[in-house]
Amino acid sequence: MRPAKIPTEELMTSGHLACQGCGATQAMRFALKAMGPKTALVIPACCWSVIDGPFPHTSLKVPICHTLFEAAASTASGLKAGLEMRGDTETVVMAWAGDGGTFDIGIQALSGAAERNEDIMYCCYDNEAYMNTGIQRSSATPVGAWTTTTPVAHYKKRPKKKIIDIMAAHSIPYIATASVAYPQDLIEKFRRAREIKGTRFMHVLAPCPTGWKLAPELSVAMARLAVTSRVFPLIEVTDNGSTWKVWKDFEQTPVADYMKPQGRFRHLTDKEIDSIEEEVDRNWQIMLSRERLSADLPGLER
Amino acid sequence: MKKKRADNICMMQGNQACARGAMMAGCRFFAGYPITPSSEIAENLALSMPAVGGRFIQMEDEIGAMGAVIGASLTGLKSMTATSGPGFSLKQENIGYAAMAEVPCVVVNVQRGGPSTGMPTFPAQMDVQQARWGSHGDRGVIALSASSAQETFEQTIRAFNLSEKYMMPVILLVDEVVAHSTEKVVLPDPGGIELFNRKQPTESPGEYLPYRETDDGIPVLARFGTGYRYNVTGLCHDETGFPTNNPEKIEKLIRRLTDKIERHRKDITHCHKIMLEDADVAIFAYGSVARSARRAVFLCREAGIKAGLIEPTVLWPFPSDEVLETAEGVKAFVVAEMNLGQMAREVELASKCRVEVHRLNRVDGRLITPQQVVEKVREAL
Repeated sequence: MRPAKIPTEELMTSGHLACQGCGATQAMRFALKAMGPKTALVIPACCWSVIDGPFPHTSLKVPICHTLFEAAASTASGLKAGLEMRGDTETVVMAWAGDGGTFDIGIQALSGAAERNEDIMYCCYDNEAYMNTGIQRSSATPVGAWTTTTPVAHYKKRPKKKIIDIMAAHSIPYIATASVAYPQDLIEKFRRAREIKGTRFMHVLAPCPTGWKLAPELSVAMARLAVTSRVFPLIEVTDNGSTWKVWKDFEQTPVADYMKPQGRFRHLTDKEIDSIEEEVDRNWQIMLSRERLSADLPGLER
Repeated sequence: MKKKRADNICMMQGNQACARGAMMAGCRFFAGYPITPSSEIAENLALSMPAVGGRFIQMEDEIGAMGAVIGASLTGLKSMTATSGPGFSLKQENIGYAAMAEVPCVVVNVQRGGPSTGMPTFPAQMDVQQARWGSHGDRGVIALSASSAQETFEQTIRAFNLSEKYMMPVILLVDEVVAHSTEKVVLPDPGGIELFNRKQPTESPGEYLPYRETDDGIPVLARFGTGYRYNVTGLCHDETGFPTNNPEKIEKLIRRLTDKIERHRKDITHCHKIMLEDADVAIFAYGSVARSARRAVFLCREAGIKAGLIEPTVLWPFPSDEVLETAEGVKAFVVAEMNLGQMAREVELASKCRVEVHRLNRVDGRLITPQQVVEKVREAL
């Protein structure tokens, strides 16, 4: 991970309406530093449809279209087409959606836009549940987690949907995961994505102290542990979904260190956490094998 | 000596009362999608449904939730979903399907302000006409309303009974104030609740026709998996359930979908009537606004104004006969509602313009106050 120069200019200001320690606000702040002022946001129903706040206290210095829950990618497609027809080829349209609006209700629109290879960026800030409506499970909620609709009596038994695999299967030019604990990496990836034409999909893990039942000051630490425990690997998928690159230059930490400080996993036994760790390792090995496989493939000609 | 607290008296919010009512009505399947201000219904059922062997599924979106409810209902399970305005819009195609295929189910809509995302955390009554006409095509509609947690509990049970009886989706419209206000609810003895379960065929599978003409115009749909093979479709179909292009059969089907409600109007409609006998002005109000209207009636009476209240607990079919009857005895109507006159129009139609209909509307996300109703009554006189 090379140090990136982070612009001092802030396109997200203080005075937002997020909870303390919100990972989604950190993600936005860093992402906009990479994107710059020539960015138009399309935000479906999610925490961020509240966070930016009412005029004149809005915390974002870029234009925003707050759209419907299921419509981020489709509204962004139209907005980009409109801008192009008006002669504006400079502004980047970025859909900015939560995990519910990406993994669940918005996946049809996202899949459609990706298949058409619309010239948009799509960032999912993933706090792993419907946090804005009061912590209901989504298909991004990890296995083992408590939410209000997966109560402890029958906590979530199914793993998180593998959105990166789904997006890679769409053969789009750029896919990356990023973490608020590694802002330099995050900014570099958003910068790289900004310059590419076609659909670019970014997946940022955004710790949510409210929904994860976590002390707010542990938000960034948790984002880091998610990466070092390999629960949330930092990867890049290029060459239309065929070349995988996994960041491995860190000291591995146990999955338990990531899960134990979070109240949403409190009911889990050590044995259950061990079996989650096995699954995490398996997924990690699959990632690495893809990386090895793609290293042998000839690169795409551009 | 300390009095023992009765087990059947609880404090709960409207959404909890709805969930409790569903459980007591025998609902054993819930599919939903998170949306403010209805999410507590799902959250409560996520806990209580599996405890009695029922199924709770959080779906990937709103129309998916409606689809799952229809699927579960075909097996004979009493099924429900809950949502709010935007989600109600998204469900509409499947609500029409349930009406066409005559699949019973309950759809709760905790209304917020609209259009679009509108006011997720404030009350409104802007979905009243959507409940009637939201899905395309002609069909009869049953939509209930509730003005308190207690009534939400009771109306949820009634919604299941009506859906099972008339084989159709039944909509329960509440609003954010009713849904989120915590108040006293007296639960009935479970054995004392009258429950209606859908009819089942008596003939043999070989003779069975799902949409065969019946005396009451309501089909008898066999539970899937009981050996009765038939076809369910959203296309216009004949008595076998298979699609048809025969104009006579199509006409018969579409008329029946409306007539089965019209014929049973008296069994379905219901209004609370308060001090209407000698009233000069009748207030027409429903949902949380009816609570203000009740207060307003007493304030008016204290001031020597003869006001009364007609409060429908069933919004569709519209209580035309009751409104006309009321119109014949009063000098004016005041229709108070948190929309821009969606029901006032119906009151004008039903009262055949015999009296003037005054509108009291509020669309700022705040409840209409008793004082506002009193003022309007004074204007109307």
